[in-house]
Amino acid sequence: MTDRSTVSHLLRRLTFGPTAAEVDAAARAGVPATLDKVLAPAGRATPPEVGAFRPGKEGRDDARRQATAALEWWVGRMITEAGAAEKLTFFWHGHWATSVRKVRSAALMLDQQATLRRYGAGGTGPLVRAMLRDPALIIWLDGQRNTRRAPNENLARELMELFTLGVGAGYTEADVKAGARVLTGWRAERTGGPATLVARRHDPSPVTLLGRTGTFDTDAYADLLVAHPAHLPFLAGRLWARYGADTAPDAATTARLVARGASTVAMLRALVSDPSFVDTRGRLVKQPVEWMVGAVRQLGVDPKRGRARILGGLRALGQVPFRPPSVGGWPAGTAWLTTSSTRDRLASGRALAALAPEAVDGLAGAARTDRLDALARLLVVDGWTARTRAVLAGAADDPRLLLTLGLASPEYAVH
Amino acid sequence: MDTITRRRFLTASGVVAAGALAAGATTYGLRDILGFHDEEPAGRTLVLVTLYGGNDGLNTVIPYADPAYAENRPSLAYGPDEVLTLDGDLALNPALKGLHKLYGAGRLAIVQSVGYPRPDRSHFRSMDIWQTASPERPDTTGWLGRWLDTAGGDPRLAVSFEPALPPLLAGATSAGATVPGGTLNLPAGVTSGILTGLGTPSAGESPQRARAAACFADLVRVRDLVAETAPEEDEEAGGDEQPATATGGQAPALDRQLALVTRCIEAGAATRVYSVSLGGFDLHADEKGAQEAILASLDAPLSAFVERMADREVVVVVYSEFGRRVRANASDGTDHGTASSVLMLGAGIPGGRYGEAPSLTDLDDGDLRHTTDFRDVYATLLADVLGADPEPILGGWTGRLTFS
Repeated sequence: MTDRSTVSHLLRRLTFGPTAAEVDAAARAGVPATLDKVLAPAGRATPPEVGAFRPGKEGRDDARRQATAALEWWVGRMITEAGAAEKLTFFWHGHWATSVRKVRSAALMLDQQATLRRYGAGGTGPLVRAMLRDPALIIWLDGQRNTRRAPNENLARELMELFTLGVGAGYTEADVKAGARVLTGWRAERTGGPATLVARRHDPSPVTLLGRTGTFDTDAYADLLVAHPAHLPFLAGRLWARYGADTAPDAATTARLVARGASTVAMLRALVSDPSFVDTRGRLVKQPVEWMVGAVRQLGVDPKRGRARILGGLRALGQVPFRPPSVGGWPAGTAWLTTSSTRDRLASGRALAALAPEAVDGLAGAARTDRLDALARLLVVDGWTARTRAVLAGAADDPRLLLTLGLASPEYAVH
Repeated sequence: MDTITRRRFLTASGVVAAGALAAGATTYGLRDILGFHDEEPAGRTLVLVTLYGGNDGLNTVIPYADPAYAENRPSLAYGPDEVLTLDGDLALNPALKGLHKLYGAGRLAIVQSVGYPRPDRSHFRSMDIWQTASPERPDTTGWLGRWLDTAGGDPRLAVSFEPALPPLLAGATSAGATVPGGTLNLPAGVTSGILTGLGTPSAGESPQRARAAACFADLVRVRDLVAETAPEEDEEAGGDEQPATATGGQAPALDRQLALVTRCIEAGAATRVYSVSLGGFDLHADEKGAQEAILASLDAPLSAFVERMADREVVVVVYSEFGRRVRANASDGTDHGTASSVLMLGAGIPGGRYGEAPSLTDLDDGDLRHTTDFRDVYATLLADVLGADPEPILGGWTGRLTFS
């Protein structure tokens, strides 16, 4: 048997909140087998047919319904799928942060997600190539306004700053301009279909890009970026920020992740196997989606019955999938810890507890003195501080309240 | 783009995540602010009112006498008999009765056609530009956050009453405080005693968990003070009844926010900057009635606040991320535009019209050309209200507003 807290830590970070049963199974299987299982290629995700985007006023209601259908489907999947794939998809979504608010077509958002799923586990070369012809990303970053006559630097700038190299990491304003030239001419339609490169809008003239002069096409540009010495350290830092801690990894950890850079899943495996990973316990603030999906899974809330509470709670807490606030993605770390989010976690916790009769009965069935430990087991919390223990003990007669407080507690909000 | 709310914008990452927020966002209780006094006699205080969504400047400060105004907006224009006249050219929206009175008393300054080069019509980018004061390229710090860095970095110097820190208050090494002042009802069974208990520090806890715990303690303090300042606040039933569509976490109504500002200022808080906001201005369709309603919800609390602060060293500034297009669209609304008026009121601000009026006929692709750079406004506020050197904060910008 492997120590429960070791596998709990690992599963809390790699998946959307393990259930007590998943921790039990992992403790029996041991760390290597658990990693094999959790990081194994995921089964095919079949998104709902939401229908095509229709422009104009009459399409507006459809678009809203389609976006909601896509959102419900994805959140439902996060709840029902136990492996690391959904969280990795969510990581990439926050990384290539694209919002349906501007893209407007839910079908294009789902197409983008399919790309993130298809290439997200492997090396970043194919991923960057595919994303540069992703219709949702092109619309989101004004790629179709980037033409030979009027280059638009939006996509090229974010590509280097946010997606591949990191701000100020080995590229210049001239590289942004040159990159924008290379990417001129792509067009995408909200109504569907692949992005196309329109020759008369494309600027084929040679440029000097990242120290090389020549004629580059989109794929050559993508390859240049993923081969850039800043790329893998940047990606290692981004993975660490979401899976490790909100303080930067040390140089040795970064080097170990970079060494496994041939695939993102291998980098993740290196991350949770790194000697410094153990010290990140209790230091990563859960994003609202992590907090909500984990709670729903652990309490056994029926996603369909809980639908309104789950989506309403995510809105209140400020993180709705498919709707990142900007191309920079969602905040990380203590930005999520405010007075109002604390209140919102209490309110959502209470609402979820009301939808979880089995969890409530389970706690009620435990002897009064065992209820705090039963709660910790249910929520996969390693233990309560004396502070929290004292508060929970006062609520032990009321299992619903106990659940509410457990979900809002500092020990649960930060994992 | 569909409707944008303050909430969505305020969780914006670009600025906030990269800025000081990630290094430790500061949520203070109102009491911390009320008890925050300075040895030095306080200088002036800035109250910045952000209108989210892009307020239609031409139907706020209305060029009613310009024939091009009515021509461009057949069913959206106000007739000369509907508006609150300022002079032979300009008038205010009929909803702005309080501001009209203040203008008549020489206490409202209207800076016309304020904008920035190469206008961006994205709400996010444009609001980022206004909040970072960096039109050329994205910045990770807000202009008042950079001021805070130079002013010593105490978060209580710059306060927002919104749930998340507005990017404008994020500095490189410091960040302003958020003091949520909205209704903070608790679910059934959750008492102040429980919050206090969970808010107790625990030895050896990680900084992140300590922060999570501190939020409970802050929640108690804020609740106490919200209760003190608004005893009439209706009590909601238990949290189970909270509707799923609740946009919990949104900023409280503007009158609530300004009541909290009033309370802090009258308690002598050493806070120098307050950020408040009002959203809902993105009116692409059926604009007229909706804008009037929302302008009324700006006018009443704002003019009451200005009256109440009449004897104090308080300056109020109102801006939005952009104005709207000159021509109405086919849905009796307006689409995203460019330059717009900035309103300034309070200590040392001479009322009147400033800056060059925008031309409604010499347009840049259907949009107004700006005649005053927004950094002129900021530089003036930094120098004259906050007593700071604007140049290093505004990337070397040397322009200033002239009130003459």
